[in-house]
Amino acid sequence: MTPPMTASLKDVVVRRRGKTVLGPVNLDLAADGFTVVLGPNGAGKTTFLKVLHGVERVSGGSVTWSLSDAEARQAQAYVFQSPIMLRRSVRQNLAYPLLLLGYEKAQIAQQVAEWAQSIGLSDALDFPAPRLSGGEKQKLALARALIRKPRVLFLDEPCANLDGRSMRDIETLLAAARQAGTRIIMTTHDLGQARRLAGDVLFLIKGMVHEQGPAATFFAQPSTAEAASFLKGDIVE
Amino acid sequence: MNEIWAGIQSAFRLIIALDADLVEITLRTLQVSLSALVIASAIALPFGTWLAIRRFRYRRAAIATLNALMGLPPVVVGLIVYLLLSRSGPFGVLGLLFTPTAMIIAQVIIITPLIASITHQAMRELWAEYHDLLISLNTSQGQRVFTLIWDGRRTLMTAALAGFGRAIGEVGAIMIVGGNIDHATRVLTTAIALETGKGDFALALGLGFVLIALALVVNLAIHALSRTEREGTW
Repeated sequence: MTPPMTASLKDVVVRRRGKTVLGPVNLDLAADGFTVVLGPNGAGKTTFLKVLHGVERVSGGSVTWSLSDAEARQAQAYVFQSPIMLRRSVRQNLAYPLLLLGYEKAQIAQQVAEWAQSIGLSDALDFPAPRLSGGEKQKLALARALIRKPRVLFLDEPCANLDGRSMRDIETLLAAARQAGTRIIMTTHDLGQARRLAGDVLFLIKGMVHEQGPAATFFAQPSTAEAASFLKGDIVE
Repeated sequence: MNEIWAGIQSAFRLIIALDADLVEITLRTLQVSLSALVIASAIALPFGTWLAIRRFRYRRAAIATLNALMGLPPVVVGLIVYLLLSRSGPFGVLGLLFTPTAMIIAQVIIITPLIASITHQAMRELWAEYHDLLISLNTSQGQRVFTLIWDGRRTLMTAALAGFGRAIGEVGAIMIVGGNIDHATRVLTTAIALETGKGDFALALGLGFVLIALALVVNLAIHALSRTEREGTW
């Protein structure tokens, strides 16, 4: 039985060029759930995700996972807002994380075939990934993240600039990942998507956590004036 | 104009007749330049890539030095290698002076900074593209270098071909360390220099055209093998 993977942020602060872009943040993240991080542009949502994932250095405070640093990094995956495609075929993009983990050829081929089918790219396995459409790239990036079977998945606005059909496909994949027990932490600007997916919500403004709690409560009865304005669609800075 | 025409005729005659001396010189030219290219690439490609992804205190100085070394005067390189390999030099005991190995050593020293510098430029751009993904996937330094070299291999082919072009056309250094000895260290460039000195411009030009054709054939062959044009838009 593997121990639950929780995180604790203590006085986390990130400064860039003398300006505080995040923090101080103090919170505990549970081992399970679907957290949606909301907030206006520049609220620090992406920085928050990157700090949790360990790819952004903190200027102060600490992020502690319940596993060792190495184990925690191996158990996480991150999908970027602009999908990064290796200059390789769809097949090789899907296979890449498994190659890094030392999987055998037969296992890789089987997993790649399964994931290519689940994202509707079975016919494009030998097609250059950088030449896919925006929606296909994002689905491939998500599949490439999920193929490692991460315990925690970070998504930075995975549906930005995607059409309704691609968005639905992505949400279907995310629902399947949740079913499989993956902890998901996602930023989005799309309140409709947040309502559909979120189990709980973190609401950030100017790098500070203004609200944190169950999604149903946040959307029905936001406890701060800023959150209420944000949900009404007013401009919040 | 007459001399150029005579040179073209001479080149055709030498090639069609498969002149034994020409074949020997051409094979030696290929052997020396391709050996130097393989050794230099084995050093320069990982080094240039490592330099693109690694941050350290004197990185800027290292890049500036590398770029400056691209302009190394071949004659000076030849002189230094000569002194190192001569009987009284530190490596004199190896007896390498006036051998093809000495010529390969000189060419490696000349083309390694060129290939490393072009590699660094190309890999810097690819690293900017891949940075977040490779960090996120928790890759090791070695895995990053390998991934960048593999995915940037078509660009790196250009770097290698630039090195090959410089190596095969080089004359100053290999004349000094090779000595242009008939049936031992004579290559196309040193043979051209010799024939020019003797006033046989037609033969010198003929050898020159063979050298150009050889460089073109090798370039085209490498492009064809690496399918640069067909998959270049990845």
